[in-house]
Amino acid sequence: MATQVRPEHEFDVQDLMINMGPQHPATHGVFRMVLVVDGEVVRDVVPYIGYMHRGGEKLSETMDYRQGIGFMDRTEYLAQFNAELSYVMAVEALSELQVPDRAQWIRMILCELNRLSSHFMFTGAFGTDVGVFGTAFTYSFRERETVQDLFEEITGDRLMYAYFRPGGLAWEVPDNFVQRVREVLKSVRQGIKDMDGLLTDNEVFRARTVGIGAISAEDAIDWGCTGPVLRSAGVPLDLRRTEPYLKYDEVEFDVITGTTGDVFERYTCRIAEMWESIRIIEQCLERLEPGPIMPERMPRMLRTPPGEVYMRTEAPRGEFGIYLVSKGGNRPHRLKIRSSCFANLQALRDMTIGSYVADAVVILGSLDIVLCEVDR
Amino acid sequence: MNIDLFGIDMNVWADAFIRVNIIVLMMTVVVMGLIYLERKVIARFQMRLGPTRTGPLGLLQSVADALKLVAKEDVRPRNADPWVFELAPYFVFVPIFLMFVAIPFAVDWEVRILDLGLFYVLAVSSVNIVGWVMAGWASDNRYAMLGALRSAAQSISYELPLVLSLIAVAMVANSLNLTEIVAGQGRIPNIILQPLPFVIFYIAMLAELNRTPFDMPVGESEMVGGPYVEYSGIRWSFFFLAEYASLFIMALLASAVFLGGWAWPLGEDWGRGWQFVLTAVKAGAIIFSVFWVRSTFPRLRIDQLMTFSWKALLPLAFVQIMVNGAILVYEPEKEVAQTLLGVTSAFGVFFLAWIINRSVTRPRPRPVVAARGEAVS
Repeated sequence: MATQVRPEHEFDVQDLMINMGPQHPATHGVFRMVLVVDGEVVRDVVPYIGYMHRGGEKLSETMDYRQGIGFMDRTEYLAQFNAELSYVMAVEALSELQVPDRAQWIRMILCELNRLSSHFMFTGAFGTDVGVFGTAFTYSFRERETVQDLFEEITGDRLMYAYFRPGGLAWEVPDNFVQRVREVLKSVRQGIKDMDGLLTDNEVFRARTVGIGAISAEDAIDWGCTGPVLRSAGVPLDLRRTEPYLKYDEVEFDVITGTTGDVFERYTCRIAEMWESIRIIEQCLERLEPGPIMPERMPRMLRTPPGEVYMRTEAPRGEFGIYLVSKGGNRPHRLKIRSSCFANLQALRDMTIGSYVADAVVILGSLDIVLCEVDR
Repeated sequence: MNIDLFGIDMNVWADAFIRVNIIVLMMTVVVMGLIYLERKVIARFQMRLGPTRTGPLGLLQSVADALKLVAKEDVRPRNADPWVFELAPYFVFVPIFLMFVAIPFAVDWEVRILDLGLFYVLAVSSVNIVGWVMAGWASDNRYAMLGALRSAAQSISYELPLVLSLIAVAMVANSLNLTEIVAGQGRIPNIILQPLPFVIFYIAMLAELNRTPFDMPVGESEMVGGPYVEYSGIRWSFFFLAEYASLFIMALLASAVFLGGWAWPLGEDWGRGWQFVLTAVKAGAIIFSVFWVRSTFPRLRIDQLMTFSWKALLPLAFVQIMVNGAILVYEPEKEVAQTLLGVTSAFGVFFLAWIINRSVTRPRPRPVVAARGEAVS
């Protein structure tokens, strides 16, 4: 397992293997990695995944299209709307449904709000990984809570929203929706500033993150990284820009990219993306007009024609893709989830080897993985 | 041989027995209070309430915790070295309490006035690292082992700047007797004369206590508790007790050596009660700042910690000692000497801040904004 040929030693030196996880506090769920360390330096990393495998793709084949939405929430439990969006858009593309404008704008607002809440989750957990005793966590959870409250008012659930439907939305948003979103944005803005003050400009935080776990653009592309991990390495791949879906081609926003692809840039890219999300939401609120939220004459039981489709969207962690094969009927014949976290996690070994044990935790945190999505 | 204790003439052994008991009882209560305070203070920093349910304002939370810990099973891993494993907590715990002997709380309120009090406190304080390494080694756990090694490396590195900063102060105070050091600060506390040693002492103290940002031996998110990961129940609570007791005693030491203890600004005319309160307030301020740092700072990495000690703190402490020596030898005028000491030392603080700033603040990478519709490379 040792990766380096060592010079001859007087004594027989053995590398120490440290088993991190699946019950380690820093592994963000049930992830296990075996670190081979030489003193404090990591020589090799062996990640083990699969503890959360529930056979979800196979399970989806037994559910009709409406039930499948709920499973997407359970797959990507921090960016539920983004996951639902890929799924319903795949079904819509297959059955050629036209989604009304209002539904599209609301979907965009909710997806971007979900990106905010997901990134807040990241900053909080990342702060804990770097070693802040819970303060970053409570700060970011205060803001995440306001977003979560809004989602609860709209969908009636705090975690498993199941609000998007093939064709539109499950039901109309509350009357005070616009006003509530503006309130949430106001609080979120303050939250991002607080985060900047607590972490971004902190000397110790800088010392721990700048230059750690860097990955080159080529390597990131080779590993199939997407989302902030890829963009921080300098590749401006944002599906909202390159393959606009919903109404993303009608709003102004910038694609945030970094240059070095280290942990600090992965963090700052996410912070900058949050400001862009706020920009997008504000434009969406301007454009939001009354109207239908479902196409007229929706069939009571949705049946798709035979065919296959791959639909991908830009989730907070990167490309979340749904590959859907239908042989007619009301269920998918085959459903494959292209998980962004799974691909991003593969780069962990390259980033970690040669760094310190403490960095391994920080690098893993900077990838912002959701184990449910990795294992499905 | 008889000794005067609170005005009562007493046999020396009985006197020692009573004093030791007072210390142990007081420490247990103080540690419980500190744990409660830390939970409350950090909760406020984190927009939480902290303990509220047990007793009024949650005051009995520490008592409940202590009862729970005593009632818990004392687990020993099967492959652990039984003797070393079970003795380790005492090696951590006892030296901390020994440190109390020389700490002055008020005029004539200390266990013993030792002429080499400062030296004694430092000598005893470095013993407890043996307990940490024993715990890490005997636990048969790799996290514990790594934590113990980190702890040893850290203690050795930071013991030196800690000692050197106190030597600088001892030179100014012209004594190693803690009572005399405190009494000599009636007009000007040592923090004014020697700000740089105070800063170095504070940083090294955080490292000695395994407190954020130097808590990598016990860092929850990487070492999951470090050397005491395998301990439970009463043995674990010994480690905990030692941790907070050493925090308290280091704060007392800092308040005595740097902040003027009971002497400044009240002077010796006030009663012992007020002097005791003054000492407690100063120690409390230091403890609060430690909690503050803990709730807002991330953790450094082990190599950065070592670099900081050997390349920044240690040379600066040496320079301070040399400067102090030069000033005290060649400047007979007391007022001028004190001004020179304060100015040079304050300059050293700025120099240290500059070093920290230079070593961590690299040019901040700005996310580059891609133009609209730019092709993907």
